Amino acid sequence: MNVYIPILTLAGLAALFACFSVTMATFTGPKRYNRAKYDAYECGIEPTPQPVGGGKFPVKYYLTAMMFIIFDIEIVFLYPWAVYFDSLGLFGFLAMLLFLVNLTIPYVYEWRRGGLDWD
Amino acid sequence: MPELSDFGNDPFWLVCLKTLGVFVILVVLVLFTIWAERRVVARMQMRIGPNRTGPFGLLQSLMDGFKLALKEEIIPVTAHRAVYWLAPLLSAITAFAAFAVIPFGPEVSIFGVITPLQLTDFPQSVLYVLAVASIGIYGLVLAGWSSGSTYPLLGGLRSSAQMISYEISMGLSFVAVFLYAGSMSTSQIVSSQQSLWFAVLLAPSFVIYVTAMVGETNRAPFDLPEAESELVGGFHTEYSSLKFAMFFLAEYINMVTVSSIATTLFLGGWMAPWPLSLIPGINSGWLPMLWWLAKTMLFIYLFIWLRGTLPRLRYDQFMAFGWRVLIPVSLLWIVLVSGLRAIREEMGDTSNTMLAVGAIILAVLLGLLLLATMRRTRVREPDIVEPTGPLSPQAGTFPVPPLPGQTFEYTPRSRQPVAGATTSGSQEEPDA
Repeated sequence: MNVYIPILTLAGLAALFACFSVTMATFTGPKRYNRAKYDAYECGIEPTPQPVGGGKFPVKYYLTAMMFIIFDIEIVFLYPWAVYFDSLGLFGFLAMLLFLVNLTIPYVYEWRRGGLDWD
Repeated sequence: MPELSDFGNDPFWLVCLKTLGVFVILVVLVLFTIWAERRVVARMQMRIGPNRTGPFGLLQSLMDGFKLALKEEIIPVTAHRAVYWLAPLLSAITAFAAFAVIPFGPEVSIFGVITPLQLTDFPQSVLYVLAVASIGIYGLVLAGWSSGSTYPLLGGLRSSAQMISYEISMGLSFVAVFLYAGSMSTSQIVSSQQSLWFAVLLAPSFVIYVTAMVGETNRAPFDLPEAESELVGGFHTEYSSLKFAMFFLAEYINMVTVSSIATTLFLGGWMAPWPLSLIPGINSGWLPMLWWLAKTMLFIYLFIWLRGTLPRLRYDQFMAFGWRVLIPVSLLWIVLVSGLRAIREEMGDTSNTMLAVGAIILAVLLGLLLLATMRRTRVREPDIVEPTGPLSPQAGTFPVPPLPGQTFEYTPRSRQPVAGATTSGSQEEPDA
C-alpha cells in the first residue's frame, strides 16, 4: 500500500469524528431564543459594528506575514541542503553561506528601519 | 530498527487498525492531559483540583465534553456562517492528521504481520508535520475572521502572527538535526540517535525548539491569543458547545504532537534512556511505547509547569523575542554547526584541536556581532512627548490615568473652600 494512504485514513477518521460531534451538538443542545444572546460579545457594551471580514487591521501583521514568507522559503531551501550536506562538502557549505548572507541583508535592513518594532 | 522500505507494506485491515489505535491514543492522551493539567496546577496553587468524577477525578475531562454537547449553540448574527462552521473542523482534523508520522516503537508482530509501530513514514515526514501544522493556523484565523466580532478578530490575528513567527524558529531548529541524521524521516532520525541523543549533541537546537514549541501551541507564558484580561477568549470567544470543544481538543492534540516531535527529534524517540538501554532486548517488542510515553509526558509536564510558574509576556516583548533573538541565534547556530562539519570533512578527524580553537573564535565573533547589533538598536529611545503643565483627568472625553511625569490639576471638591465662597466669608463648610 502507498505510504500516504494511512494519512488519508487518519484524516478521514478525524473528519468523521469532528463532523459528527459538531452536527450532533446542534440537536442535543437546547434552543432558547434571546436577541441579545446572538449579538457579538463585547463585555456587555453595544457591539462595535463590523463589516464581514473585520475591516481594517494593523499593517504590522502584513509586514510579519511578508517576513514569514521570506524565512519560510529559506527554510525550504535549507532542508534538502541539510539532508545531503555530507555529499556536497565545503562547496555546499559556502554556497549556502552566501545565500544566508544575502537573506540577512534585508533582515538587518528591516530591523534597523523599525519593521520589527511593535509599538 | 525499521527501515524506510518497511513502510507502506501493511494490508488495509492493519492500516485501519493502526489508524484507530493512533486515534484512541490521541484522544485518551488529551483527556488525561487536561485532567493532569488541572490537578498539577491545583497542587501548585495549594488547591486540590477535580477529584469527584471517577477515581482521582480521571473522568472529569470526558464528562466536561459530554456537558459541552448538551449546551446551547450560539452563532452570532454577524458571523459568516459557512466559514464559522468550517474553522473548528479544520483545526481538529489537521491536529489529528499531524500525528500520522510519530514513531511509537520498533517492529512488532500484529496478528502475524511484522510491522513498525508507526502509522506511516516517508522521506519528508517532518516537513509533512510542519505543513499540516501550518494548515491548522487557518482554522484559528478563519474562526476569528468569521465571527464578525472585535475580540475574536484581534485574537485570530495575534494567533496567526505568533504562530508563523515561532514556526520559523521551530523550522530552523530542525536543520541541525537533519544535518546530523542525514534524513527527514522520523523513523530514521530515531535510528540515528542510538549512540547519543540530539538533545545532548545539539543542545542549542533543542533549547530553541522547546521555546518555539510553547509559542507555537499558544501556551503560557506565550498564550497571548487567549489573553483573558485583554481579549476575553481570543479567536474562540464566539464559539460555544462542541464547536468550542473542537478548538480545545485541537489545542491539546497540538501540545501532544509537539511533545512527541521533541521526543522523536531530540530525545531518541522510543529508545530507552541511557542506563536502561544497556539491558539487551529492551528496545524491542511493545515495551518501547512506554519510553515514548514517558518522554512525551515529560514535555507535557513541562508545559503544565510553565503555565503554573510564569506570567504572560507583553505582545511586543513576545514578538521581539521571536524575531530578534530566536531567529538570529538559530541562523548563527546552523552556520556554526554546518561550518564545523564541512571543515571536519575537508581536513579529516586529525585536526581536532584546530577545530576547537576555530569553533571558539567563531563563537566569540558571532556573539560580538550579535551584541553589537543589539546595542545599536537599544540606543534608539522612543519619542516620549514630555507633558507640559497639569492635565485634566477628563482629558478630552474619557477619564484617563496620568502618564509618567504628569500630574493632575487640582479639582475643587465641596469640602474645600471654593474661591468665590471664601471671599464673601458668609459660607462655612457644613461639618467644619
